[in-house]
Amino acid sequence: MALLEVSGATKLYGQLRALDGVDLSVEVGTFHGLIGPNGSGKSTLLKSIAGAHFPTTGAIRFDGADITQLPPYQRARSGLSLKFQITAVLAELSVYDNVLLALQSLEGNWSLLFSRSRKRLDADVMHALERFRLADRADNLAGELSHGEQQWLEIAMALAPRPKLLLLDEPTGGMSPEERRVTGELLAPIRSECALVIVEHDLDFFKNICDRLTVLD
Amino acid sequence: MDAAARPSTLRKAGLPAKRPLRVLPVIELAVLVVLVAAPVVLSGRAELITLMTNVIILSLLAISFDLCWGFSGIMSFGQALFFGVAGYVVALVGRDLDFSQLWGTLPLAMLVGGLLAAALVAFLLLGRKAPSSIFVAFGTLTGAYAAERLVAGWQYVGAGNGLSAIKLMGFGSFEFVERVEFYSVVLTALVLVYAASRWLVRSQLGLVLAGMRQNEERLAFFGYRVQVFKALVFSFAGVIAGLSGALYSYHQGFTGPSNLGPGLSTTAVIYCLFGGSGTLIDPVLGTAAIELLNYVLADTDAIRQFWPVILGVVLLVVVMFQPTGLLGLVVSARERIGSFGVRRRPG
Repeated sequence: MALLEVSGATKLYGQLRALDGVDLSVEVGTFHGLIGPNGSGKSTLLKSIAGAHFPTTGAIRFDGADITQLPPYQRARSGLSLKFQITAVLAELSVYDNVLLALQSLEGNWSLLFSRSRKRLDADVMHALERFRLADRADNLAGELSHGEQQWLEIAMALAPRPKLLLLDEPTGGMSPEERRVTGELLAPIRSECALVIVEHDLDFFKNICDRLTVLD
Repeated sequence: MDAAARPSTLRKAGLPAKRPLRVLPVIELAVLVVLVAAPVVLSGRAELITLMTNVIILSLLAISFDLCWGFSGIMSFGQALFFGVAGYVVALVGRDLDFSQLWGTLPLAMLVGGLLAAALVAFLLLGRKAPSSIFVAFGTLTGAYAAERLVAGWQYVGAGNGLSAIKLMGFGSFEFVERVEFYSVVLTALVLVYAASRWLVRSQLGLVLAGMRQNEERLAFFGYRVQVFKALVFSFAGVIAGLSGALYSYHQGFTGPSNLGPGLSTTAVIYCLFGGSGTLIDPVLGTAAIELLNYVLADTDAIRQFWPVILGVVLLVVVMFQPTGLLGLVVSARERIGSFGVRRRPG
């Protein structure tokens, strides 16, 4: 059974048809690329899946449940995670606290109030930072990181709550060729942890890491 | 992310390169020393003890606003609603039930403030769609205004004249009149409220609040139901405002409609913004600065007449030229926001 199934998704902004009957199926453990020209609706589709907005028509099923009308926080709790196209790290918090914030989202309110998981999550935070080559920047403010490092931090944050499906919107946008290569290397091992839907413009990048490709036009 | 597999070098790698000097604890300690020493230093100056008592009580109201705005991004123009209603409740309990024991009335006032805030915030925040900050600001303002008008026309609570000769706050057979005894009670209340608030904003829940202030949408995509966190903090702020309102009524021996209206609510905003929101100690300093200024200028009629205008100008200047308030001059943005992870020893 598919992990994610989008059927007949349409999104209208007034007269503008951003999505026009899109079908998409993502299997467990696969890396699925989305490609298409600017304005073809790639980001709109990702945002519709993550819950940033609701499709005008069509349905989205995730892990066997209809999530078409669920708000973002419920989708996130069911195992969907999104990395935005525009970097959205929390610039005034430390790199460490950005990841801790993402990780502790699985904790209950009382646990957060009494800081019950602060020590327990420390190892996981440092592990996530080490994995994305940010451990030595843990105490820096996120806003002090370079653009490429911020992109990695965001991927680390999106991956921290252990999602079943990770949605990455242009994770290598604005990166140097070397940073793109490293990003590909960093993403490859997550195949064993979750499925991935990735929007990119770089065909070579897709060729290296994706199993399937969907073209939007 | 297996903790067992974590290399021991990770913790070392995560060490901060530098830990900037922390100014806030020094300021907090200095304020505490001043407040504890005040009754000794000011012995024989009853009117100054009364002033300091007032400052502390109003600081509690300003802290409740700081929790809303400085820590949760809720622009509340209605904090006086919880303050004033709680003040009326203890006055009525004293008048109608002849009861004013602080172990009963202060918790009651806190409960009333908290429940009222929870009811208002549930209406304002917990709908299907997240409300805009303007909606919340006007919602709280309207609530405070409506309550003031309602009370001003309600004979049972003294209508426009309010309730006077409020029964003195007591503990057993002891009755707290003004001066040092009353001062000790309000200072204890401030220390307890401050400690609880500090603990809250430095907890992992405080990290959620810090993230929320920067990017609410991002937090929703992590799985946080942002409005619930706002509602929790707003309700807690209502508890503090309720406590403050009860102490104010006992201290003044009077309560009236203006104690729960937009006027006092806006004054709390000014106290907080003047000090610099988002540090908890800022409302205390802001309240002290403004109330001391008010006291010093009280004898000058020409200035007193224009006091609201002066306050308005002060607020404008602070918002335009020093949005981080007085404390922003000495406390860095980084220290104000704080760190939430496990503390590591440098070296």
